Amino acid sequence: MQVPDVPKEIPRIEDPGIDRRLEEIDLEEVERVIVETLDKETAARLKVYLETCVHCGLCSEGCHYFLSHDKDPRYAPVSKVKQTLWEMARRKGKVDKTFLRNAVRIAYLECGACRRCSMYCPFGIDIAYLTMVVRRIFHKLKLVPQYLQDTVNSHAVTMNQMWVQQDEWIDTLQWQEEETRDEYPAARIPLEKEGAEIMYSVIGPEPKILAQLLGNISLIMTAAGYDWTMPATDGWDNSNMAMYSGDFEIMARVEKLHWETAQRLRVKRVVMGECGHAFRGAVYDGPRWLGWTEPPIPMVHAIEFYYELLKEGRIKIREKYKKPITVQDPCNTVRGRGLGDKLRYVMNALCEDFRDVSPNQEHNYCCGAGGGLINCGANWKKIRMWGNRVKAEQLDATGAEIVCTPCHNCHSGIEDIIGHYKLGMHVKFISEILVEVMERP
Amino acid sequence: MYDFVSGPLVWVAFAVFIGGLAFKFVTTYASAKGEKVVLPTFSGKHGLRSLLHWVVPFRNRNTRLRPIFTLISFGFHLCLLATPLFLMAHNVLWHRAFGVRLPSIPDPLADVMTVIVVLGGGFFFLRRLAVPVVRYVSDWKDFVLVLVAVGPFVTGFASHQQLLPGDTLLILHVVSGVVWLMVIPFTRIVHMMWYPFTRAFMGSEFGYVRHARDW
Ligand code: HEM
Ligand code: SF4
Ligand code: SF4
Repeated sequence: MQVPDVPKEIPRIEDPGIDRRLEEIDLEEVERVIVETLDKETAARLKVYLETCVHCGLCSEGCHYFLSHDKDPRYAPVSKVKQTLWEMARRKGKVDKTFLRNAVRIAYLECGACRRCSMYCPFGIDIAYLTMVVRRIFHKLKLVPQYLQDTVNSHAVTMNQMWVQQDEWIDTLQWQEEETRDEYPAARIPLEKEGAEIMYSVIGPEPKILAQLLGNISLIMTAAGYDWTMPATDGWDNSNMAMYSGDFEIMARVEKLHWETAQRLRVKRVVMGECGHAFRGAVYDGPRWLGWTEPPIPMVHAIEFYYELLKEGRIKIREKYKKPITVQDPCNTVRGRGLGDKLRYVMNALCEDFRDVSPNQEHNYCCGAGGGLINCGANWKKIRMWGNRVKAEQLDATGAEIVCTPCHNCHSGIEDIIGHYKLGMHVKFISEILVEVMERP
Repeated sequence: MYDFVSGPLVWVAFAVFIGGLAFKFVTTYASAKGEKVVLPTFSGKHGLRSLLHWVVPFRNRNTRLRPIFTLISFGFHLCLLATPLFLMAHNVLWHRAFGVRLPSIPDPLADVMTVIVVLGGGFFFLRRLAVPVVRYVSDWKDFVLVLVAVGPFVTGFASHQQLLPGDTLLILHVVSGVVWLMVIPFTRIVHMMWYPFTRAFMGSEFGYVRHARDW
């Protein structure tokens, strides 16, 4: 492992979404939006959190940015609130552009809303929620990193995050079905099968850049004998960058269409592929914004699905994976859904030499890409890398060669960390390991 | 003078303390009804489970990571709450005012507990200066608050030891106690009332909603 130098002062990083918007922004509008959001759109929760925080700094231990920046006070969770919400509230919205520039960076790049710090604050103050309130304000002000906003625009237009058109989508599925059938003729990707037991959901990057994952799932589903389907219409992608930009209206549209699609297909449950955000959006944030306590159809995340499949012996393991391997507990499915034990069951069932991380499960460090961070674009990558040295150290300490990352963001985020800190490791999804070690029918 | 401060003034203090907290509670509860998550996702069982992991020291990772801080903080709070309630001299007053008697703690023990509060306060004050993060997020009010919190303990101890003749110290003690009570609803000491709620909400959010642990 090598640790490249980190500059003492954060260099100014260019981003047209921020720089250009700041040039023209009207500070009176800023004031109005801040006041309106703090007074009308939030209620008891925000007030009690701001009132209760005793400024004790105990939450600092929770944040990977703080730990990675050698305990620089600016990166403690409470300090991020101080530099954003406290100031907004104290100045009653009368803030200047220097403040805004700093606050945008903090809200979108120096907090991934991973919620680890809530497990360190004795009051359980939800700093991630406070970050989201700040992002909500910036969304309303159209002051959002360009790349992230582009992803949101893609959601708004195409209902998926990567501008995938419907013909492209269907084409990719059929192409992957064919590829898989070369090897395993029974494999199918059943489209639009009404009344199937399972609808399988994926996110934009799968058809766009990781199409082989669709082939993998076709192999796994067929071999395990599930009655499954995928939609041929929009509504297949429920990953949700609008959820992280603060554009909750678009977030809710995406999730609503996804659930309506599942209902149209009359499936019994939805299996969510290896993505944490999509799971979070579909099960929590989307339904909450829509006023539902639960999604209309149960959703199972891939970790749980593979757990069930292996536990029931639907797929036999030919020979366990040999290389030393460790795992990334994704925030949104482990801290956010308690799937840590099931993930370990899967790891041990598939791999001979599983080496756990420390701290693990709910206490694991975020990959540093989630919460919309990686979607802010490559220009911001350094901020993520500097802010997550602890992740590199933690992975390095396991001595593993492979990191299993059952989440798309973790997958990309950990890959970046591995490259930046020269860890010499590789990342893999569970499904990639599974197809490697399973008994082919 | 003493009769005034220990009579009407104390009653006013209690009225402000209780009335202030009640007002806060009622308005906040009403506002919480407007939240999409707070009340619908609240689970008593999971809230309690989380509380038990946090009111007992070393049952969560962060208190284990800082054993010394934890002991000081728990000692400080325990003595801060117990001493004024169960002090022998206060018991006489409780009886006179409300006709009830609480169990009493012997005076020597109360002295020790008072010293723990004062030293604990001193620790918090110095820590606020010395630990960069805490200092970064502090303003003058945070320092004053610690002083307000230990005020009645310093004056009570001094008066009990009769460090000055006459009732000067006793009057100071009552006045600082009155301030102590009256500021609770309006400063961050209100954390005393919100603690069980924020904790239980996070406990529900982690436990009931997300099937995970928050300790
Ligand atoms: C049931 C009642 C209370 C509970 C559950 C409670 C809980 C807490 C907690 C969790 C903290 C965070 C830091 C730490 O663990 O020390 C804290 C800090 C503190 N509390 Fe309390 N508290 C209560 C009552 C009070 C009262 C009545 C006062 C003062 C009148 C007080 C004064 C303080 C002070 C001064 C700090 C200092 C924090 C610092 O400087 O870092 N607390 N309390
Ligand atoms: S990145 Fe995670 S730990 Fe750090 S402040 Fe944000 S939510 Fe808290
Ligand atoms: S630990 Fe909680 S109370 Fe203490 S500073 Fe952090 S958020 Fe505030």
